[in-house]
Amino acid sequence: MLRSSFTALGYRPDAVLRRVASRPRGGLLSGTGAPHAWSGNSDPAVNAGSEPRPDGASLESRLVMNADQIARACARMAHQILEANQGANDLVLMGIPTRGVPLAHRLAKVMDELESVRVPVGALDVTMYRDDLRRQPTRAVGHTDLPVEVEGSTVVLVDDVLYSGRTVRAALDALGDLGRPRVVRLAVLVDRGHRELPIHADHVGSYVPTRTGEHVSVRLAELDGINQVTIEPGSGPDRGES
Amino acid sequence: MRHLLSAADLDRDQITEILDLAEEMSLVQGRPVKKLPALRGRTVVNLFFEDSTRTRSSFEIAGKWLSADVINISAKGSSVSKGESLRDTVLTVAAMGVDALVIRHHASGAPWQASRWIDAHVLNAGDGTHEHPTQALLDAFTIRRHFRRSVDDQLNFEGKTVAIVGDITHSRVARSNVLLLNTLGAQVILVAPPTLLPSGVESWPVLVCNDFDQVLPRADIVMMLRVQRERMSGGYFPTPREYTIGYGLTRPRLGAMKPGAAICHPGPMNRGLEISADAADAANSLILDQVAAGVSVRMSVLYELLGGGE
Amino acid sequence: MRDLLIRGADLLGRGPSDLLIRDGRFLDPGDANGAVDQFDADGLVALPGLVDLHTHLREPGREDAETVESGTMAAARGGFTAVLAMANTDPVTDTAEAAVHVASLGARTGHAEVVPVGAVSKGLAGAELAELGLMARSSAGVRVFSDDGHCVADARLMRRALEYVRAFDGVIAQHAQDPQLAGPGACCHEGDISGKLGLPGWPAAAEAGVVARDVQIAELTRSRLHICHVSCAETVDVIRWAKQRGINVTAEVAPHHLMLTTSEVAGYDPTYKVNPPLRPDEHVEAVREALADGTIDAVATDHAPHARHDKEHAFAEAAFGMLGLETALAVVLETMINSARMSWSELAKRMSIMPAHIARLADQGCALVAGEPANLVLIDPGARAVVDGAASASLSRNNPWHGRELPDPVVATIWAGRITYQKQL
Repeated sequence: MLRSSFTALGYRPDAVLRRVASRPRGGLLSGTGAPHAWSGNSDPAVNAGSEPRPDGASLESRLVMNADQIARACARMAHQILEANQGANDLVLMGIPTRGVPLAHRLAKVMDELESVRVPVGALDVTMYRDDLRRQPTRAVGHTDLPVEVEGSTVVLVDDVLYSGRTVRAALDALGDLGRPRVVRLAVLVDRGHRELPIHADHVGSYVPTRTGEHVSVRLAELDGINQVTIEPGSGPDRGES
Repeated sequence: MRHLLSAADLDRDQITEILDLAEEMSLVQGRPVKKLPALRGRTVVNLFFEDSTRTRSSFEIAGKWLSADVINISAKGSSVSKGESLRDTVLTVAAMGVDALVIRHHASGAPWQASRWIDAHVLNAGDGTHEHPTQALLDAFTIRRHFRRSVDDQLNFEGKTVAIVGDITHSRVARSNVLLLNTLGAQVILVAPPTLLPSGVESWPVLVCNDFDQVLPRADIVMMLRVQRERMSGGYFPTPREYTIGYGLTRPRLGAMKPGAAICHPGPMNRGLEISADAADAANSLILDQVAAGVSVRMSVLYELLGGGE
Repeated sequence: MRDLLIRGADLLGRGPSDLLIRDGRFLDPGDANGAVDQFDADGLVALPGLVDLHTHLREPGREDAETVESGTMAAARGGFTAVLAMANTDPVTDTAEAAVHVASLGARTGHAEVVPVGAVSKGLAGAELAELGLMARSSAGVRVFSDDGHCVADARLMRRALEYVRAFDGVIAQHAQDPQLAGPGACCHEGDISGKLGLPGWPAAAEAGVVARDVQIAELTRSRLHICHVSCAETVDVIRWAKQRGINVTAEVAPHHLMLTTSEVAGYDPTYKVNPPLRPDEHVEAVREALADGTIDAVATDHAPHARHDKEHAFAEAAFGMLGLETALAVVLETMINSARMSWSELAKRMSIMPAHIARLADQGCALVAGEPANLVLIDPGARAVVDGAASASLSRNNPWHGRELPDPVVATIWAGRITYQKQL
């Protein structure tokens, strides 16, 4: 039943299976976070707000994460990152502009507050590595900041939304031109499905099923004055999502 | 942005965007892989009708670091000398399928004429005595960094005075800088003997003065222009000695500069004529920074022209 | 050939009348006998055939740009029945043989009377006098001498030339451009626009200064001086002063200086590159005023055809000159008649009678009365059209009027009794 309902919402069954297989054993429900969104429709992170119509379209924006939920997701991911790395050695968080950067800073702050470890935070702009540069007018380029050498590091890319996977592909290329990390992992606040490339996130704040026309809006206090994640009704492809 | 022909083509926001991007581009210089894939598959031709090793190699590196294919064509001694018209030369090059033509020509206006004949993007790398927009951009980039050292977040040039000193009449660097600095909000003062000021300069958005010493203490930036000795045979000034004493950045003048002020020069310099050795090598000389800025700024401009869809 | 009867043309704006033409001359319309060809000229104005004091026919030497035949065909379309062909051909018209050659080309292939202009100096070099007397004595009967393209800068040479031609009622036509103030690189008016565009320009003083000197020399030598293509207010002032003094000086203006200003060069289009250059508004106004009051005696086209490859260079390197024969009358109509600054009879003076007089052409610029040579142009004052440069009779295309809406006046041109041009309706 679970499988078929996700198919109706656009997830491919084998992708579902792959995600299940790659989850680190035993680590998922540890820590203080809410149950993973994966666990079904009872999770308040999913379907908060109005029930989607049978054809999936919604005319109102739906709140999927409020400030507390975002905070808990960040805390949980911070723990997971440290756990996967068995500590903070050689770790560097690279946020993908725009909102991946404040998120990366939040993760580092949690790591510092709760586990007293200082993890360097940087920014990795991927505009020049996008595969769709020619499809629109010249895009503005963001700032790249390397706090430490990439060579030999464990780089955790941080972004707000994982969608087609193309932004992460661009980030991997950009990272490759900066040096050769030992390991690269991916942490995202929201995974909204509809992957177009074989990319997956190691650490996910929340899985949010969406239709392709819809837009997932992540607002963070550092930039937008408010903390929330909403699904906005469709208006065409979104330039900011990955 | 279709072409970059004149510094007046850019408004303040566009200039800021180009300079900000150039800051990002300047980081590429220090990386192990000096490459960004943004212009992969694009072809840029440097069509230079006038010699210029520095500008041309600056454009060449800029294009290559953005992964473009760059071709240099020196039209000086080629079919042009066999009487081929400018139009034929430009059309022949464009027919090979180029995305952008970077043109330097000894005659004013050549890039404008070229832009009417071809579909490719045209970038003016210096036309006669008319304009040199990328020079003005790299000057602004260098000056902005200098201002930022003293005041953090100095994003504009409001309230700043830039003195441009020398052969204004024959200087494309001067014309482009006047336009760009004006857009950025700086006050420009032109300093030259009357014979080296262009006709109609009264209508330019600048102040004009024949007395360097009067202007010097007010200037936050002193931009010295190269004076060609050949101008003497045109009777523009009597002797180099008289020029240097009247309009050169001599050692005493270096000492009379406003605290915090800096020196620029587009190069190449005539040490001892318009600029003393002391000034060229002074601590507040930005001349080498200008040279270093060339590649970053040109990468930024090439990306703005070619980085997006048509 | 049958007689040609032109019915109901308005002669110089004085009222409709009939004209009868036989064997190249006008006859009393009552003398018609037998069959006549009739031409209905109701609503048309008749003027004596226009005479151009200043044309470049480019043959011999640059037949790729124009030939005597194509140039005179353009002339006929413009209402001209005679053109004076400037000497800067290749070879230069500085000998009797060269002059006779040009005249015979005209006689054989021309659609208008072709009168060669002789050079003032050998090879146009400005150093030694050319064979002025031999050119005058030749069958070409040269009376107008000019180094046009170049200025006769040497004051002594100018003096000698003016003195010498007095013997045969010749006239020296000066291209006034001081080479020191306006060298070969000067390509536009020196002013606000040239300063912004970074183009070397030439100031009005480079023209007026030479004219000021030359009228003095004309007074000294009691000879005839003519000033080509007057372009600026300062020059007009000098000529006015000289005429008031009784100095024997005449002047011409080109149609482009009556209508186009220096702002045209802002786009670096070499179509607008010409010597002397287009000037700012105040100069255009001054030459219009001078043409209206007669200080400027004539309109001369300075028709300067150029092969495309000579114009398609960077502005500073492109050739100087514009086409003008086909559109001259249209431009003068627009700027002077339609603005009520001149009457038809004044226009006839400026574009036919005075040029013929200056050039001493006996058969041109004559009255439209019985006995006189039948050279005339029939004009529709109200017709207008958008100029199509591609349809020009000239071999060249450097046409500043292309795409502009102007009067389209010439309905028919008759030279020596033959119709050399008739508009297809």
